[in-house]
Amino acid sequence: MSHSFLEIQGLSKRFPAANGGEGLTVFENVSLNIEKGEFVCVIGHSGCGKSTILNVLAGLDEASDGLVFMNGKEVAGPSLDRGVIFQNYSLLPWLSSLKNVEFGVKARWPSWSKEQIRDHSMRYLELVGLKEAALRKPAELSGGMRQRVSIARAFATQPQLLLMDEPFGALDALTRGVIQEELIKIWSESKQTVFMITHDVDEAILLSDRILLMTNGPYARIAESVKVSIPRPRNRNSVIHDPGYYKIRNHLVDFLVNRSKELAGASGAEAIETVAVDPAHDDGAVRAPEAVLAKTGS
Amino acid sequence: MLMGGAEQEARVPPPSDIIALALDELGNPFYDAGPNDKGIGIQLGYSIYRVMAGFLMAAAIAIPIGFVVGMSPLMYKALNPFIQVLRPISPLAWMPLALFVIKDSEASAIFVIFICSIWPMLINTAFGVASVRRDWVNVARTHELSPFKTALTVILPAAAPTILTGMRISIGIAWLVIVAAEMLVGGTGIGYYVWNEWNNLDLASVIFSILMIGIVGMVLDLMLSAVSRFVQYKE
Ligand SMILES: Nc1ncnc2c1ncn2[C@@H]1O[C@H](COP(=O)(O)OP(=O)(O)OP(=O)(O)O)[C@@H](O)[C@H]1O
Ligand SMILES: [Mg+2]
Repeated sequence: MSHSFLEIQGLSKRFPAANGGEGLTVFENVSLNIEKGEFVCVIGHSGCGKSTILNVLAGLDEASDGLVFMNGKEVAGPSLDRGVIFQNYSLLPWLSSLKNVEFGVKARWPSWSKEQIRDHSMRYLELVGLKEAALRKPAELSGGMRQRVSIARAFATQPQLLLMDEPFGALDALTRGVIQEELIKIWSESKQTVFMITHDVDEAILLSDRILLMTNGPYARIAESVKVSIPRPRNRNSVIHDPGYYKIRNHLVDFLVNRSKELAGASGAEAIETVAVDPAHDDGAVRAPEAVLAKTGS
Repeated sequence: MLMGGAEQEARVPPPSDIIALALDELGNPFYDAGPNDKGIGIQLGYSIYRVMAGFLMAAAIAIPIGFVVGMSPLMYKALNPFIQVLRPISPLAWMPLALFVIKDSEASAIFVIFICSIWPMLINTAFGVASVRRDWVNVARTHELSPFKTALTVILPAAAPTILTGMRISIGIAWLVIVAAEMLVGGTGIGYYVWNEWNNLDLASVIFSILMIGIVGMVLDLMLSAVSRFVQYKE
């Protein structure tokens, strides 16, 4: 029996109520697999439990039920094999950009010499275009530059799985675009497995192989898994000209606007529906995405 | 003139007297002509030594305990009642007990400094450690740092400005308290010197030593503020 790289089985999370009441079930019975090298984005409304899932995958939080396996080994507690990029960058403000990257590298390879650590860290800072800012502290960097440093730190430790919680949420659209492309560049070199949370539909299409759609909480679940078949390499200009782009986009937006509510709390339908958009069926019906969706059963 | 001759003696001396005395004293601050006649430098030296000894001992105990209390809510709950009761006690109230138990005035003075400087450092360290941003601790966790390494490379630098603030408060209080403590135990030190000059009705010396107490206190604070600039960071 072959295992997926990352297996999530029957994951649930409940928060106990403060005064002994009902408690809050954020999500229930979430099961999914992620293959090695896949770039997966999760979209869902605020409060549906995306960060909670990510924290469980990172090992920073414990699930109430269910198991997570990576490479067949159970995830228990944080590990250097799972790098995390937080929304608010989480750089250590008393260290320079370079030292922040070195912090990760040193933890990853404790036996390395000082030069080795510095060269390796510098290489990743160069990759995100921050060679000049290596000696500056985070407070002296713009938001975009800070997020670049934290991307450099995460990639420099070469984790097997990269977890990103709305990494570009706090950036303006222009900066976000630039960093998204940098991310694609680094990712295509390293072919790391990525699990990323985003609110931005276009960002999800640009970056992912697969987009997971979460219903509203409480009792949220992952209702659909949408394959993005737009060929790589992609960039912001080329993707929007792909015939499948707007179909996928409309499908996602429709989910967020309508179905995320309708499906909320609907128990029983535990299986994730796998959805693939077929560009060949382009009959101009981009306004009604359901019409052109070839649904492959789960 | 309504005032008699005796009152004339005790009038507040003019600045010129004090300046002349200051020049004289500071010209030869370390002379030692017996128990009741030592240079201002020697007296200040005794006081600084006691403050430093008590303060450093307090730091050596308060900062590690503050760390533990800040990191563990359980320890916080366990120790907080004791801290709340012990903290408001005037440090000088400990003096008789210290003299009785330790039976040495020098060590008792140091103990009083120790006891008064421990609280601000303990409370600030605990507070600083407890309020280290969760994200930074998570960074340490995702990098699989050991608890010791986390404390050293993440929590200590993150809490350092707050700890330093506690140290500044402590040394300020210690310098206030040493003067009073030395007035009580006598023998040496700037507190004793002030009291002794008062008994001699040498008001010029009293005023001069008050000024010196202020200046030394300021220098102590400036030293710690220099250190705290060094560990300060902008978020
Ligand atoms: N420590 C906690 N105690 C109780 N409830 C919590 C706790 N942490 C999160 N929750 C609840 O769990 C739900 C999911 O939170 P989570 O942060 O995972 O949402 P999210 O999908 O990441 O939202 P956003 O998109 O706004 O970041 C929310 O309703 C939140 O109120
Ligand atoms: Mg979130």
